[in-house]
This record gives sequence, structure tokens and C-alpha cells, in this order.
Amino acid sequence: MSTTSRTAAAPDPVASDLIGSGVEGGVGDQVSAWLQRVRGGDMGALPAVGGLVVLAILFGVLSPYFLTAVNFANLMNQAASLVVLGMALVFVLLLGEIDLSAGVTGGVAMASFVVLNIKFDIPWPLALAAGFAVGLATGALIGFLVARVGIPSFVVTLGLFLGYQGLALLIIGAGGLYPIQAPELIALQNGRLPVWGGWVMLAVIVGISGAMSFWDRRRRTRAGVPNRPILLVWVKLVVIALLGGVAVLILSVNRSQSVVPVEGVPIIVPIVLAILWIGTFVLDRTKFGRYVYAIGGNAEAARRSGIKVRWIKWWCFVIASGLAVVAGLFAQTRIGSVDGAAGRDIVLSGVAAAVVGGVSLFGGRGRLMHAAIGALVIAVITNGLGLLKMGAGVNLVVTGGVLILAATVDALSRLRGGGIRS
Amino acid sequence: MSQPIIELRRVTKSFGPVSVLKGVDLTVTSGRVTALVGDNGAGKSTLIKGLAGVQPYDTGEILVDGEEHPLRTPREAASLGIEVVYQDLALCDNLDIVQNMFLGREETSVGTFDEGRMEREASDTLRSLSVRTVKSVRQKVSSLSGGQRQTVAIARAVLKKARVVILDEPTAALGVAQTEQVLNLVRRLADQGVAVVLISHNLADVFAVADDIAVLYLGQMVAQVSTAETTRDDVVGYITGTKVPPGVQLVGTSTIPVGGDA
Repeated sequence: MSTTSRTAAAPDPVASDLIGSGVEGGVGDQVSAWLQRVRGGDMGALPAVGGLVVLAILFGVLSPYFLTAVNFANLMNQAASLVVLGMALVFVLLLGEIDLSAGVTGGVAMASFVVLNIKFDIPWPLALAAGFAVGLATGALIGFLVARVGIPSFVVTLGLFLGYQGLALLIIGAGGLYPIQAPELIALQNGRLPVWGGWVMLAVIVGISGAMSFWDRRRRTRAGVPNRPILLVWVKLVVIALLGGVAVLILSVNRSQSVVPVEGVPIIVPIVLAILWIGTFVLDRTKFGRYVYAIGGNAEAARRSGIKVRWIKWWCFVIASGLAVVAGLFAQTRIGSVDGAAGRDIVLSGVAAAVVGGVSLFGGRGRLMHAAIGALVIAVITNGLGLLKMGAGVNLVVTGGVLILAATVDALSRLRGGGIRS
Repeated sequence: MSQPIIELRRVTKSFGPVSVLKGVDLTVTSGRVTALVGDNGAGKSTLIKGLAGVQPYDTGEILVDGEEHPLRTPREAASLGIEVVYQDLALCDNLDIVQNMFLGREETSVGTFDEGRMEREASDTLRSLSVRTVKSVRQKVSSLSGGQRQTVAIARAVLKKARVVILDEPTAALGVAQTEQVLNLVRRLADQGVAVVLISHNLADVFAVADDIAVLYLGQMVAQVSTAETTRDDVVGYITGTKVPPGVQLVGTSTIPVGGDA
């Protein structure tokens, strides 16, 4: 075993037998390691978070309404659909694939639901289940065509994007419009938690986050590998509690202009957070999630490791389409009706949300949280420009510009991260 | 000399009209380095892809520990302790060293990853190979050099107590110092009782580290001899087809059958 020392190509100055894991060292070491990663091009959602702060300040200065409680609550409702659609796309973007039809898949699913519910008097849970079945079947079809037949996902989903716009028109009927009547569904976007419910929600978030951190630490200790300084866990929990606390506090203020009080966290917020948490858990902590990243990084390596690449791809398209239906549901319940154009204008915003948040178009890099933050950026742009009475033209130009900027950051950080090799 | 772990008997493989392997025999023994040499297109890669279960053979017998196994999937090969380190390394750039080493066989507890345990085993494996060039097992593979990648790929292969490790051109892209380092690693693997199959074009490397040399010529195994009993000139002759060991008949110099009778 002593033979290597004479040939070590890049001798370690410490020359110890210990190979680090990157979690040793104090808080200072951790911070400098993080800075090094960022400088190396691994920026994650950092540009998007920065953009979000800049936009909030900008619109806050320009419009007196932007930083009000009522607008904040509005923003949550407006953003919900895009956040979920962005998260849906993460599952396919991580593979290096794309789904241009996610928005219209949601549209067709909602059209099917509303026609069954209103025109054919089928109870709403059944009709909604049928809508979801349509969405999941669409995902299965895309997955089959991409993973089995081998057609590029861009072409398959572009075809569906066109075809499904027509299908939605055929289902609804030209110029038609059906209201969503089920009060339980309208409540998705109109309902609010009681004020105490918001605080319970925050407590649950902090509790789960803390419990998972300590569980991970216990497992690491049991395996005999070092842990990060425990201070970092507390910092994380305090930051969540503080930011969440401020948000819940603002949303607990009565934002009504009439006699009936309007207060509490919109019910959509815990629902979106639950989707985010479950999705992140799957991607970070299960084999399925790891394999999704592996396929995005090097599909051939994944295949040689015995991973069922086609199966995983197929599932990703099904998950993406399923979440796209959820996004469609959130979008349509906010409007309160479904027409033949449902889901048409949100499609590319979904891709934009993910990319703006730092999800790589080249596959293998990105998290659900990134897409959620990116969606918030786009929602804030739409919301802020709307308050400033700017037209749809300005909105599209700005959103497009932000997308290209984000894609540039993605491409450049890929170069710096050494991704050029693959 | 101990019992052979793997014995291939008359394995064949064709791609359409091209027959790449024309009935190849190979014996792989534990504790020995078997070098597999041959010119480009001789069928080396096809032969090992079959052993890895990535691309099963068309016909022929595969005996592992004397029992016949079909080797139809990478999982089956892995479960028999056969691991391959490919020339292009087959690592995922976007994952870290631990994640790459455990790819496809992650340790879980309660359905979720046991990262601590995986990290422990990964660094134990690297340490057992006396690897000192890697600073942290949580480095992303995209940040590693060629030699470090090779090290990770080999460590990945031996992580789960592999009995047969197949290395495809492990030194092709490396400098002098890193080449020697990898060859030392190869020798150490064999000394630990692993059967190593080394594919290489570099005869200096082969003679430096191999115990046996197997020569493929246009899909035919023309020789499997002990390194001590052969010379460099003979091996070059076998590789280029200008020399044939006594008793061996070349079956045809074209891999594409000319007549209608394949």
C-alpha cells in the first residue's frame, strides 16, 4: 500500500489518509466553501433571489400599491399556477427534455372537467378525476413517444401544443365558456386559512424542517461521518421562522376595504408548499429522484448503472403532466371559468419560470425551489407592471428579456462549472 | 493458480451482417491481471460489453464459478461481482463522488437515502486503494481531473467487493505519473484477490502489469498466454495477424461474410 506515495500526481499537502467530505470545519469554512462554489458557477437560485429583491424594491418605489397586504395576497393567488407549472417542468428539464404542451395539457384537462361537470351534470369530484386522467394519459403518451419511440420531446410536445389548443376548442365549442361552480374548487383561490391557521402552518414548516435536519444529523453520526456545525441548522430554522413570520403577519392583517374582514393566509399557499415539499423529498431523497438527475447528467452512465432510463423518463412526463393539470386547476379557479383558450398563454411562462430560477435547460441541474422562485419573479413582473398600468406588450418584452438573461447565466455558469466537457 | 472465475466458451456476437465475435474463449482468474489486447475493431469492446451485461452475446456459454449464467442485464453482471470501468468512464458530471460511486445501488433506510453510510463506505473504499489525490468525497465530478475521474471510476467498481473488474483503456488519456498511479492501483486490486481484465493498446503497460495476455484478432481469440512465456514481438505479431500461434487457424480476414452463406 506504500507504493502510491512516490507517484502521487498531485500530492496532498497534508498527505493524510483522511479524505474529507466537505462538511468538516467551522461555520467560516462552510461559508467560504459556499462562496467558492458560487464563484465556480454553481449559483442555483441566487440570481433569481437577487432579481426578486430588486424587483420588489423597484415596484415598491414606483407604485404605492405594490407593497400592500392586499397586493401581497393577490400575488400569492396569481403566482400559484405558474409556480406549480414551473415545478412540473423541472421534472422534464432535469432529464434534458422539455414539455411545451404542459400548459395546454392543463387546459384540455380543465375543459374536459368543466364540460363533464356543467354540461353532463357529473358530480365535480368525478369530473375532476376525469380531467386528471386526461392529463396523466397525455403524460403517458408523451413519455411513450419520447422514451419508447425516440422522438425528440421538443417535437412531440410542440405537436401536442398545437393539437391540444384545437382539442380544447372542440371540447368547449367555439366562443364557449363554462363557469366553475363547485364551491370547494372556487375556495382553492378564494379561501383563506383562519389567522391562527397561518401560524400553525408556519410552526409545522419549521417543525418538519428541523426534524429532518436532526434526523439527517443522527444518521450521519451513526455512520461515523462528520456533521456540519449545528449552528447552521439553527440559522436556517430562524431564517425560515423570521421570513415566514413576516409573511404570515402581513397576510393576517385585515385587507378588506369593506365591512366584511378579509384576513389570513390564502389556502393556496399551504397547498403549493405541500406540493413543493413532497416533490423535493422525492427528488432529493429517493432513488427515483437521484436517477432523474443522473439521466440528465449522463444518460449512458445511468443506463450502464442498471437504471431503467426509459421507465424513469416515462414517469417524469407523467408527473409533469399531472402537475400541469394542478396548475391548470389553479389558473382556471382563479378566473372562475374555462374557455377554449385555457392554458395557452401560460405554457412558455412555465419554462421561463424554471429557467429564470436557475434550472438548467441542459439537464441535470436545478431544484423545485428554483422553479418556484423563478415563477415568483415572473409573477412579480406581471403584477408590478400591471399596477404601473403598463400594457401586455411591455410585460411580454420584459419577461422575454429576463428569460434570455437567465438562459445566458445558465450557459455561462455551465462553462465555468466545467460542463463543456460533456 | 486458482480456479477461474469466468470462462467464456465460443461466444459470438453479430451486428446485422457484421460478425464481431466469431466464437471467442476467455478465462479470467482471481488474483491475476489478464490483459486483453487487439487492434481497433478486433472486438475487445464488444467482448466486455457482453461480460457487463450491457450488450448480451448472441450465442455461446458464460460460466461464472463453473455455473452457466446468461448475463442479460448490467444488474445481473453486478450481482455476480462483475464490474466494468469504461473508457469514457460513465460518470455523471453533475453528481458528486459518493453519488457516482453508489449510482444504481444506493443505500437506503426507511425508503430514503442514508447519505452518512454511503459517504462512509465511499471514503473507506478510496482509502483502501490508498487514494490521496481526492480532497473531498462530496466534490462534483465535473471539478475533477482525468486521473481523479479514473480513480473514482475504479473505486466505484470495487465499492461492492467486486470479484472481477474490467478496465477499458484506463491509461489512454493520462500522463506519465497518473498512468503509473493507475497501474499501481490495478496491481493492488489483483493482489487483493480481484480478477482484473485490462484492455490496453499500450504494450508497455501490458507487460508491466499483466499476468496473462489474451489477443483478439478480427473477432477471434488467437492466443491466451502467460506474460512470462511470451515476448513483445510475438504479441505484436498476433495482434496484427502476421503471426499465429501453433495450432490456431484464422477463420477469415473479413468480418463481413462475402458469400451468401454466413
